[in-house]
Amino acid sequence: MIPALALAIGIALGLFFEPTVPAGLQPYLPIAVVAALDAVFGAVRAQLEGIFDDRVFVVSFVSNVLVAGLVVFLGDQLGVGGQLSTGVVVVLGIRIFSNAAAIRRHIFHA
Amino acid sequence: MWWRRLLRTALHPHLRRVDIAVAVLLGLLGFAAAVQVRSTQDDGVLASARQEDLVQILDDLTNRSLRLRQEVATLTTTRERLTTGSGREQAAVTEARRRAQVLGVLAGTVAARGPGVLVTITDPDHKITADVLLDALEELRDSGAEAIQLEGSVDPASNTPPADQVVRVVASTSFVDAGDRGGLEVDGTLLLPAYRFVVIGDPATISAALAIPGGVIDNVGQSGGHAVVTRRESVLVGALRPLDRPRYARPADKQSG
Repeated sequence: MIPALALAIGIALGLFFEPTVPAGLQPYLPIAVVAALDAVFGAVRAQLEGIFDDRVFVVSFVSNVLVAGLVVFLGDQLGVGGQLSTGVVVVLGIRIFSNAAAIRRHIFHA
Repeated sequence: MWWRRLLRTALHPHLRRVDIAVAVLLGLLGFAAAVQVRSTQDDGVLASARQEDLVQILDDLTNRSLRLRQEVATLTTTRERLTTGSGREQAAVTEARRRAQVLGVLAGTVAARGPGVLVTITDPDHKITADVLLDALEELRDSGAEAIQLEGSVDPASNTPPADQVVRVVASTSFVDAGDRGGLEVDGTLLLPAYRFVVIGDPATISAALAIPGGVIDNVGQSGGHAVVTRRESVLVGALRPLDRPRYARPADKQSG
């Protein structure tokens, strides 16, 4: 409940303050958001499977975001930033889909 | 069941540091997602595009503006050509219209107004013949008459001839003695005395030319008539002549002559 509440508050703050994304952060923010979403979906799945662990979630969340950002940064340095961020998004998207499928199976048993 | 466990943790939260960390992280996620969504909506594609994409877009735009500029140049030349062409066409139309007016006055197809004289020739004894009036006409032409009409049965009092006794005098006008019927046949129209020429031209020149010794006035007097010249500021040569198409003659180029 508290995590859901925190999520809602975060969204509300973001919509309310409308801060501009710093230029240096602009390529990384969408990737970071997708990586974090992957972590959240994984956490929900783990929760449903009864193997959720706060610590694991925090670590996986932070590391996901950092690794995704690092990969994109490396890609930018190598001149393949666009392709690499596409790749990251694809991989994370696949993970999100498989996690969503597992969650669906748990909830609907189908 | 899973939702009971969720409910229990929601109703009896036992906060630990990790829980706070999870909440903070999720809050951050929501915040970042909202900001990202908002900035994507606000700035469109360009703000979040990376450098090489921007370079690519800039290249595309440069190429496109180059193409468009070339197109502008082409269209500008076309427009200039068309405007000068239409200007030339306009001038040609104006010139053609002016020539049509001039030729219309000459051919008797348009009415004309201008300074001129009225030459009234009375003929009480019916002795004026066609050649007297033809002489008078030649004299009028020599003195620069530009448009002439000849009227018959002119009443000196009312000064207006019957409508069917008005003839526009042009190059092909003919004068024939009408014989027993009295008067003259001009272009097939019977005119009875008294006659009157309505002439557009320089009044001084024409009246002087008519008055020279042995000229028209003397000639008419010798024929038993009486000629009176009246100068006018403005006379109207209103009789028209139908334009008949030549049956045989066709316009020809100078070269193919």
